[in-house]
Amino acid sequence: MNQERKEETPAAPAHSLVMGRILERLAGSGALIFSHSQKGDDTIVIQPEDILDVMRTLRDDPQLGFDIMMDLTVADYLGAERVWPYLAGLKARFEVIYHLYSIEKNHRIRVKAPLTLENLYIDSITGVWAGADWFEREAYDLYGVVFRGHPNLKRILLYEGFEGHPLRKDYPKMKRQPLIGPRN
Amino acid sequence: MISPELIETAAKIIFVFALTLGFFAPVLGWVERKQSAVMQDRIGANRAGVFGFTVIGLLHSLADAIKLVFKEDFTPRGAEKALHTLAPVMAVIPALIAFAVIPFGGQYTLWGHRVNLVVADLDVGLLFVFAISSISTYGVVIAGWASNNNWSLLGGLRASAQMFSYEVAMGLTVIALVMYYQSLSLVEIVAKQENFWHWGIVWHWPAFLLFFSCAIAENKRVPFDAPEAESELVAGYFTEYSGMKFVMFWAAEFIEMVTIAGMCVALFLGGHHIPFVTQAGLAEALGAFGPNGAQVAAMLIGVGVFVFKLILLLALQMAVRWTLPRFRYDQIMKLGWKMILPLSLAWISLTGAAILAGVMPRP
Amino acid sequence: MSELIRPGYDFHKETHTEPMVINMGPSHPATHGTVRFFLTLDGEIIEQIEVEIGYLHRAFEKECENQFWNGVFPYTDRLDYTAAALNNVGYALAAEKLIGITVPERCQYLRVIAGELARLSGHYTNLGAAALELGALTAFIYFVEARELVWDLIESLCGARLTHNYVRIGGVTADLPEGFAEHAREVFRRNRELWDDFAKLLLKNRIFLDRMRATGGISRQDAIEWGFTGPCLRACGVPYDVRRAQPYLVYGQLDFDIPVGETGDNLDRFLVRLEEINQSIRILEQCLERIPPGPINVDNPEWRQPSKDDIHRDMESMIFHFKNTFEGQKIPAGEVYQAIEGANGELGFYLVSSGAGKPLKCRVRPPCFALTSAMPLMVKGAFLADLIPTFDMINLIGGECDR
Repeated sequence: MNQERKEETPAAPAHSLVMGRILERLAGSGALIFSHSQKGDDTIVIQPEDILDVMRTLRDDPQLGFDIMMDLTVADYLGAERVWPYLAGLKARFEVIYHLYSIEKNHRIRVKAPLTLENLYIDSITGVWAGADWFEREAYDLYGVVFRGHPNLKRILLYEGFEGHPLRKDYPKMKRQPLIGPRN
Repeated sequence: MISPELIETAAKIIFVFALTLGFFAPVLGWVERKQSAVMQDRIGANRAGVFGFTVIGLLHSLADAIKLVFKEDFTPRGAEKALHTLAPVMAVIPALIAFAVIPFGGQYTLWGHRVNLVVADLDVGLLFVFAISSISTYGVVIAGWASNNNWSLLGGLRASAQMFSYEVAMGLTVIALVMYYQSLSLVEIVAKQENFWHWGIVWHWPAFLLFFSCAIAENKRVPFDAPEAESELVAGYFTEYSGMKFVMFWAAEFIEMVTIAGMCVALFLGGHHIPFVTQAGLAEALGAFGPNGAQVAAMLIGVGVFVFKLILLLALQMAVRWTLPRFRYDQIMKLGWKMILPLSLAWISLTGAAILAGVMPRP
Repeated sequence: MSELIRPGYDFHKETHTEPMVINMGPSHPATHGTVRFFLTLDGEIIEQIEVEIGYLHRAFEKECENQFWNGVFPYTDRLDYTAAALNNVGYALAAEKLIGITVPERCQYLRVIAGELARLSGHYTNLGAAALELGALTAFIYFVEARELVWDLIESLCGARLTHNYVRIGGVTADLPEGFAEHAREVFRRNRELWDDFAKLLLKNRIFLDRMRATGGISRQDAIEWGFTGPCLRACGVPYDVRRAQPYLVYGQLDFDIPVGETGDNLDRFLVRLEEINQSIRILEQCLERIPPGPINVDNPEWRQPSKDDIHRDMESMIFHFKNTFEGQKIPAGEVYQAIEGANGELGFYLVSSGAGKPLKCRVRPPCFALTSAMPLMVKGAFLADLIPTFDMINLIGGECDR
């Protein structure tokens, strides 16, 4: 699949220096599913089981040095799986998306881990970056992704007792909830 | 039996009440708004009006009073009802009583009757003020406890600690003055300040600064308003008060401001005396009004001068309130015990030494 | 007394003291932006604190996923509503990066101007409110005046004072009005005076310094670990500013300094923001001097919002106006993350397009979300009163944190 992508844009450089180093580090592990540098954003797609190893590598490798976890979110590709060819192969519907940044080296990386609806579990990275705490809670709240090993995984933006996870594509926009009365 | 003394006392009480409750409490509300507006480049209160006449915002006090009188008198569930009602009374009454010993004029002989312009000329006037004002602490603490609200409780706790600490320091700041004037009677202290060079502020300006800070702390106004810090404790000990009970706390604060100013005037600023003008000189200058007329005119001038000094000190208190941010609770304590207390002790020793050495001639 | 010092004596047990559990917020004078602190107090000391957000959650992402690409702008206004135009700029840049277009130079300058004005408004609000909550109401009013003057400028630019909705994909809604530069210089002159008054009133005041210094501090390592960005990270001594690290728009050509603190306490945060106000005015003055003439929209009716004149005159504009209004712009499939320097820190937009007229995902990385999550770290063991300046300097904006 990586090969296909390259054929589409043969003129563009395959990847940046950082990306080269990351690909080199992840080469033997089998964690890497796909990578691209669309619009200049370096992206790697990895197996969700390997998330902790990959994150530690990205943080601790002296050439990479990703020290800030900027953002953590989830995307739901229900009905739009064709956007990423690899999703269909994995039968995945969700992707957990991490944006990392290195202050010292001034470069960014996007790490994505595809998940299926049946196995919506991924390891928590709060042990790698403590700041991931609330971001993971938010992802759990809005998408229902369960972060294994999170110290305090409960809803954050919505209230306890909210039914469902509203940012999933199959959650109707106008759905009412028990504590929200009918619209008059 | 209605004696002239009774009439005189009643008249003086009415005058003091009119001055504090009737004039200063509402006007200070207006001054607080208007002075802050001037300091902050704003227009200030000018909305409340009758038929378009706003009287530079003075009617706001009236509007406030009407609004607060008609507000629901609310007692929260679980509150200790009797104490909850008693607390504002206990806060406001000491504030009113303390003014009794502050002389707002001198002694005059009108038609053979000697008039002393102080409600109660006590020999221990200074102690009386401290004794009475410490009672208001109970009002605040009881309000904090009886409201059945955690914020009120915290406010009451802070208030009790702060007021007790600063009472100690405040008491010590005036000891030097007592040594200097050799009297505890405010009337006598004022009488000894006839000569400008004997005014308290001339020799004892450090004591004035300390006393003034302590007094503001005692009154719980900015920068010492930790007990009611609105950004921390909502409104502190009077969070759960509304209507007239709230007015009582509010009025107690303003009346206490007047009392503080009155104390400062009596102790440090020469009371009703005009600088470099003796009582005899004043009576002589007013000789054209006849013997009784001169006494009446001197009395009016004395009261006027006293009120003028009062207003100056009130404006100073307002300016402080609108300039400074708030202390943290532990910083207040530190300031009280570790700065003001040693400084006032040092000032006492210094004054004692100066008096013994004859450097500081006593009046 | 001997009773008290006998061995095995436990003061808390024998005197039956227990920590006070107190609920601060969601409606409390200090918790502006509706947040709730669940405090366990030992006297005045905070033993435990739990921060609860979400009271202002408006389903920003869900709404955006059901809007056309250009319809998202009003929602972005309501993220950091004290600095609305910055959010507009961030979203527009992300969408343009996804499309692969660059806006004309004049438009870039206009965006910088709008963004820096918004940053000024955000900083004025934050610093003023911080002073207010420490009891210095006068200083607050000085900065409110400064903010009103800035809002006058923004109003003359886009017609709105609070929610600007100024930027569009491929351009901006309006060019500079007549006499904007003169008006702006007048405002900056007055605002510098107000800045001086404000700084003199607070920074020479021992009470204020004591309240801010050595409170709410965080170490450099912790700040990075917790994802701090913006003034709070710079206060720790890390000179990370997206405008300098990864320049966007015309920031690369502008001359400005990045103030950096040392200790990372509240005073440093305060000072960093205070100096950033000066730097923003410097940037604005340079922009007003250098702004070139030219178009303010991309010359491609497919991506810009065509003006009414164009619609009536130009067939292509008419068609695209119709299509964009009814179907939305068909932004090619892909994903993109664009970060800008918001008033609070790195404001990132992560957009995913499936090729339809609406975003598949429109994620915003709210800077104060990460800052607020580190609140327990900063205030545990401190006084209850220290919570106030710390929370002020975190600058939680409900709209941004809760989305």
